[in-house]
Amino acid sequence: MNENRIKIVEKILNANERIAEQNRRRLDASGTYGINLMASPGAGKTTFILATIDALLDDNIQIGVIEGDTAPVTIDSDKISAAGMPVVQINTGGECHLDALMVEGALDQLQLETIDLLIVENVGNLICPAAFDLGMHSKIVIASVPEGDDKPYKYPNIYRGLDVLIINKIDLLPYLDFDMGYFSKGVEMLNPDVKIFAVSSKTGEGMDRWHDWLKAKLTMRA
Amino acid sequence: MHELAVTESILEIACKYAENAKATRVTDIYLVIGNLSSIVDDCVSFYWDMISKNTVCENAKLHFKRIPATLTCLDCNQQYTLDGELTPCPHCHSPKVRVISGDEFNLDSIEIQR
Repeated sequence: MNENRIKIVEKILNANERIAEQNRRRLDASGTYGINLMASPGAGKTTFILATIDALLDDNIQIGVIEGDTAPVTIDSDKISAAGMPVVQINTGGECHLDALMVEGALDQLQLETIDLLIVENVGNLICPAAFDLGMHSKIVIASVPEGDDKPYKYPNIYRGLDVLIINKIDLLPYLDFDMGYFSKGVEMLNPDVKIFAVSSKTGEGMDRWHDWLKAKLTMRA
Repeated sequence: MHELAVTESILEIACKYAENAKATRVTDIYLVIGNLSSIVDDCVSFYWDMISKNTVCENAKLHFKRIPATLTCLDCNQQYTLDGELTPCPHCHSPKVRVISGDEFNLDSIEIQR
């Protein structure tokens, strides 16, 4: 080989992945279970988080939330604060995704040892967040039925490597031409082992199965 | 969409290796990118020209080697290459498939002047 050619073979996002791994170890040390929650804008991420907080109130589970937003507005974090849970907002300054370094900074602002469950609400986007590991324990995507049943085929990266898929706004199914079979086939193709919960955060339909899954996860770690 | 962050990482890694090799200039950068990575080559090149200015990598040429997406069927174990849209196994039509290549996203090598 040409002596001026230097072989490197390094993952381009290696730096992000190293910090993500540190984040994961930090959460492990404090006994906190971390979730990276991703979805398109308007899929119902914040409403879903609020409904989850509400349902777990009686179980004495302390939940912390990191809110990723591209604009410096506190609409989402105000709602979480109003629900009485610690929240840290990350303004990405126009960036289309959260990365592990931003989350590391947010972790510094939370009392992790008091938090059982940490939900990171990623920036609403089906493309970029898929490329950045944040150092959480599970990746969850919320797909809402008004987005259409073809999304797993059009945005395969975000639908890959998922632990849980939430199909939200199922109360709207009677008004839409959403083919659940076609949608599920696309998701199954990318993740044969994914857990799927069809819910309506608004009416509460189907949410108990999701809460049971989450509580079982938290109990396993405790 | 996230090409700026990605391009910054490429620059950081290339500069680090160039410095270690005591290079005066980096002339070429070889990237290996799987077809499943949602990266637009032109967009990386666009940012590259902007952010590599006044670094050892200024004017270095980016070379993109694309790796096709290959899937393996979990039911019949046959492999197939994706040509565009995600499709079930063409042999047995099972939707249970696993990606085995196409996720690559590496800086393979650089060429320098000393």
